[in-house]
Amino acid sequence: MFPILEKRCLAPGIWLMKVGAPRVARAALPGQFVIVRADECGERVPLTIADFDAEAGSVTIVTQTIGVSTRKICALEVGDALADFAGPLGHPSEFVRMSPEELRGRRYLFIGGGVGTAPVYPQVKWLHEHGVGADVIIGAKNKEMLIYTDEMRAVAEHLYIATDDGSEGFKGLVTQLFEQLIAQGCRYDECVAIGPMIMMKFVALTTAKYALKTTVSLNALMVDGTGMCGACRVSVGGRTRFTCVDGPEFDAHQVDFDEAMRRQGMYRTQEQRAAAIAAERAAGHQCRIGLDK
Amino acid sequence: MANKIPRVPVREQDPARRATNFEEVCFGYNLDEATLEASRCLNCKNPRCVAACPVGVRIPEFIAALHRGDPAGAAAVIARDSSLPSVCGRVCPQETQCEGACILGIKGEPVAIGKLERFVGDWKLAHSSAAAEPVARNGRRVAVIGSGPAGLACASDLAKMGYGVKIFEALHKVGGVLVYGIPEFRLPKETIVAREIDEVRRLGVEIETDVIVGRTVTIDSLLDEEGYDAVFIGSGAGLPRFMGIPGENLNGVVSANEFLTRANLMRAYDEESDTPIYVGRSVVVVGGGNVAMDAVRTARRLGAEATIVYRRGEAELPARAEEVHHAKEEGIRFRMLTNPVEVLGTDDGWVRGVRCVEMELGEPDASGRRSPVVKAGSEFEIGCDVVIMALGTSPNPLLAATTAGLETDRRGCITADAAGVTSREGVFAGGDAVTGAATVILAMGAGRTAAKAIDEYVRRKFAE
Repeated sequence: MFPILEKRCLAPGIWLMKVGAPRVARAALPGQFVIVRADECGERVPLTIADFDAEAGSVTIVTQTIGVSTRKICALEVGDALADFAGPLGHPSEFVRMSPEELRGRRYLFIGGGVGTAPVYPQVKWLHEHGVGADVIIGAKNKEMLIYTDEMRAVAEHLYIATDDGSEGFKGLVTQLFEQLIAQGCRYDECVAIGPMIMMKFVALTTAKYALKTTVSLNALMVDGTGMCGACRVSVGGRTRFTCVDGPEFDAHQVDFDEAMRRQGMYRTQEQRAAAIAAERAAGHQCRIGLDK
Repeated sequence: MANKIPRVPVREQDPARRATNFEEVCFGYNLDEATLEASRCLNCKNPRCVAACPVGVRIPEFIAALHRGDPAGAAAVIARDSSLPSVCGRVCPQETQCEGACILGIKGEPVAIGKLERFVGDWKLAHSSAAAEPVARNGRRVAVIGSGPAGLACASDLAKMGYGVKIFEALHKVGGVLVYGIPEFRLPKETIVAREIDEVRRLGVEIETDVIVGRTVTIDSLLDEEGYDAVFIGSGAGLPRFMGIPGENLNGVVSANEFLTRANLMRAYDEESDTPIYVGRSVVVVGGGNVAMDAVRTARRLGAEATIVYRRGEAELPARAEEVHHAKEEGIRFRMLTNPVEVLGTDDGWVRGVRCVEMELGEPDASGRRSPVVKAGSEFEIGCDVVIMALGTSPNPLLAATTAGLETDRRGCITADAAGVTSREGVFAGGDAVTGAATVILAMGAGRTAAKAIDEYVRRKFAE
């Protein structure tokens, strides 16, 4: 069992949890993810790591309540424990493997959308600690839904905010803000975008116009997360890759986003059914799986 | 003198009924039936069955004990060569191993060796003494990667020799392919697999789940930082293969691994489970092995019309004969000599069928099986809304990629000799990780052989 050491609400429906997982904390690097299971009946949910502290033995995850499983995870409190917390999985971000010489002088632009802003943080933090400059754009629906602004400000060179309704920062989409930055003369060697699939698709289309190398972190459906099931298949440059073991980060300009978005909807009707069952459970029905052991 | 009666039939769940549930198909023998079936064994001087068993279980000897009414004695005979009789009695391809070699099979029906082994294994699990004999610890420690048949067998043998053993399992549940791959209706998880694992734990073996060796820890960190004297790799062959045909990424195309993992490991068929599974109304499973049979029968149980599509003929089906027989009884359709060339989709990207070609058998290939060739102009479509690819699996490249000096062959299998010795000192391997997808019994045998090699290695190392 993996204890929840800290829990904070970052925005409506978005929760930060610091989880005691010493082995994962020691091995984690920016860009990697974990598989989390709330209890014996729970799904294996892939979540990108939002921070880690090898000394304290803790790993931070940020979860948005979108379905039965994420709701279950977010319902746990400090003192409760997650049944499973396996990782770190996938490849770390490419820059982690680059030498100081290769990194010197490189400029990165990160674009985080919604809950996807959280996994941007360890990447910017890592670059900051290695003396590499990075600007960050955070996009959200409105001011209330913005997360990680203070943390990001501490590690980013410049932080730009875009909200759909203009309640904070730039009014409009992250892609529009990006184009404005370019028009103002900002230049980058690489863009890293993490957020909803639709945002990543349009970031990719926009950066392609400027021939700016762009990396995205895909949040495909997964079961095991270790290469066993292939549920996370994605077409990259016309080749089928597994997000879990070949990714989760890929060259944005090679990803077939339309296919990826369609594949995310594979179990939608089942999920709606699961939500109905969860409502029944909330009315007093208890999970029994694993109790017969 | 052997009893010249026909093979004692084994009781099974009615096909129509079992096609709607996940309970075990075969009830197995009771003591009377087992004793009677045991009376058929000729107790051959040169037992061909033993030679045909990959681990050389002393079959006539355990059957003789059973005939005498001594199941405990029979269990002791099997235990010398096999650590998972309840599992192997259920999943071994007996018709190509022990039973295929039985003299009685020449003119009539072979002794039901598999069913007898299963009886003895189950009897032992039901009558297991609370405490295993304590073994003096030798102070040496071995890490075992993977809790499938190879890892469990290696770990129990090492524990019996006095080693401190810890198994590292990547998934949340222990058992490897026994829990994620083989369905409940063929191998019950709580009554059989969990109890076999309890037996291993009782020997003092520790098991840590949620550890992906190569990511959470590495082989080097186990040896250098965690103080293990040797490592055994029994990580299996978990990576699914796809055909590489158009339409394979449509919604509704899944690997058998995904489908079975959702059903078996995640119990998606259970209302209590949060994990979804999609079966649609009509399912096509591509492949002819045990995994294909497991997937098609699982789909049937989830309410779908289910069809096997296989590119060779029925005689070439690699699945156990019993599974093919059971599948047919359950109403599975078989389309032999058929190969998909494209998965067809709807406008919104969901499967609506498969385009196939008919095949005919040509000259035997390198494996000795007649290789299928496409019949010209034979294209046709089968309508379905789910396609399950059961084309085999290969080992996960993660361990080789994260362990310096660990060699693999071009198929990605870890290179190891017959004893399980790899190219890396102190690192041993066995089972599907070395051979590619094979059987439970071969993996178990490889785990036990490697245990001996590990013992010799550690003794030699510390004698120096």
